[in-house]
Amino acid sequence: MKAVITVTGKDTVGIIADVATVCAKHHANILDITQSVLSEYFAMIMLADIDNLNIEFSAFIDVLEKLGEGRGLVIHAMHEDIFNTMHHI
Amino acid sequence: MINTQDILETINMIREENLDIRTITMGISLWDCVSEDTDRLCTRIYDKITRRAERLVETGAEIEKMYGIPIVNKRVSVTPISLIGGEASPEGYIKIAHTLQRAADTLGINFIGGFSALVQKGMTKGSENMISVIPEALAETRNVCSSVNVASTKAGINMDAIALMGKEIKRAAYLTKDENSIACAKLVVFANVPEDNPFMAGAFCGIGEPEAAINVGVSGPGVVASAIRRAGDCNLSELADVIKKTAFKITRVGQLVANEAARRLDTPFGIVDLSLAPTPAVGDSVAHILEGMGLESCGAHGTTAALAMLNDAVKKGGVMASSHVGGLSGAFIPVSEDAGMIAAVERGALTLEKLEAMTAVCSVGLDMIAVPGDTPEEIIDGIIADEIAIGVVNTKTTAVRLIPAYGKVAGESVEFGGLLGKAPIMNLNTYSPAKFIRRGGRIPAPIHSLKN
Repeated sequence: MKAVITVTGKDTVGIIADVATVCAKHHANILDITQSVLSEYFAMIMLADIDNLNIEFSAFIDVLEKLGEGRGLVIHAMHEDIFNTMHHI
Repeated sequence: MINTQDILETINMIREENLDIRTITMGISLWDCVSEDTDRLCTRIYDKITRRAERLVETGAEIEKMYGIPIVNKRVSVTPISLIGGEASPEGYIKIAHTLQRAADTLGINFIGGFSALVQKGMTKGSENMISVIPEALAETRNVCSSVNVASTKAGINMDAIALMGKEIKRAAYLTKDENSIACAKLVVFANVPEDNPFMAGAFCGIGEPEAAINVGVSGPGVVASAIRRAGDCNLSELADVIKKTAFKITRVGQLVANEAARRLDTPFGIVDLSLAPTPAVGDSVAHILEGMGLESCGAHGTTAALAMLNDAVKKGGVMASSHVGGLSGAFIPVSEDAGMIAAVERGALTLEKLEAMTAVCSVGLDMIAVPGDTPEEIIDGIIADEIAIGVVNTKTTAVRLIPAYGKVAGESVEFGGLLGKAPIMNLNTYSPAKFIRRGGRIPAPIHSLKN
């Protein structure tokens, strides 16, 4: 099972480090990252394996959202199936 | 990795274009609750619904979180109560309505549908008793929805039933006069009613349905409107393709949610309803799609053609995205629940007659239309009969949900709030169909050849 984590907001030092730390703490294995910064606007999409999460996926979503709120970012984690279903036959 | 563009498109649909799952509706059969004793019947109904749908709301919330997509309503539909209640007295039927409300309260669901009767050919004593207390049942409960099927292509049109419904709709309006006649918003009159519809007020669990089933209705007018905007000045063939592709994506999400809900609730998946269901929110309007296609205002000449194309493209796109399609499936055009429709009525561009024409090419019918409170019963009967005839002759579902708003006149409006929105009171043709309606009897089923 994989999750897509999206992070958007004003660019500051250490965004990836913070998100990666939360992932590591809860045993989400980061598989891929794509990120860009457009005139100080930070956007990142991360794919993480969540088979071995040490908390419920819904709790993991909450932890990430809270991290985002604390740093002025919007962080969402969604199950990859919604993207696969919508865009792949 | 999943394509970045695809991820951003999905997120944009949900966050900016109001893509949501309108409802997960669990159909629950009540056949095994039947009892001669109404109290015993009510206990069985309550127990079965609350046991079967115990985890519905919780599961809906879990799925919502997992996929990051809003699931606006969790609902239950049950076997038509007139069949389950049998010979219960009118008071007994009111008691059953209260039982349904109690079950809805316990579960925390948004609506429970199935206070319904199927009288297309004639009325049993039970149906008659139930219909006679629909106004009380709806006035005394909050989340119970009622529907009556008065016609079918095979049986014809039961005009006696239509005459009865005009009277009960007026009574329902009067009994809830202090709440903008809201009981009428929970009552719908059908022709060719579908038995697996997840949408209210017409949802019930049909007689050929299993013990329980998960039926899902999707929304998504905002997503289609944006796709049309992005398509720019293309021709209509190209535009139909854009709508199809978008409908496919929307419906796939509905199927995903339906599968997951069915799995988690250990209940068979029933159908996905391929629908464009608007909400009063800005950017979630079917009327705005039609205007995006090139009409100055919804209701302009050309509206029926545009809607026909939209409805067809939604079905073509959606049908491949889902393993089983059912319910009402098509674009909805409820006036009060669609910001663009409200605006079109208020600017005088959209009339009742145009809406009637539009219903010939889309799902479902004259929906959430407020009319003056002093409208005579016979005119309401006439409006119902016209709409029902369109369904019967064209072998499609049509329905009428009219609100004769007590004490209000054309030009005013009634506010229901939430998904039900705000309804401008529409002008009516006041010439009387009374003599025609009073003839009673049945309009015979139409012939199925010599199609013209």
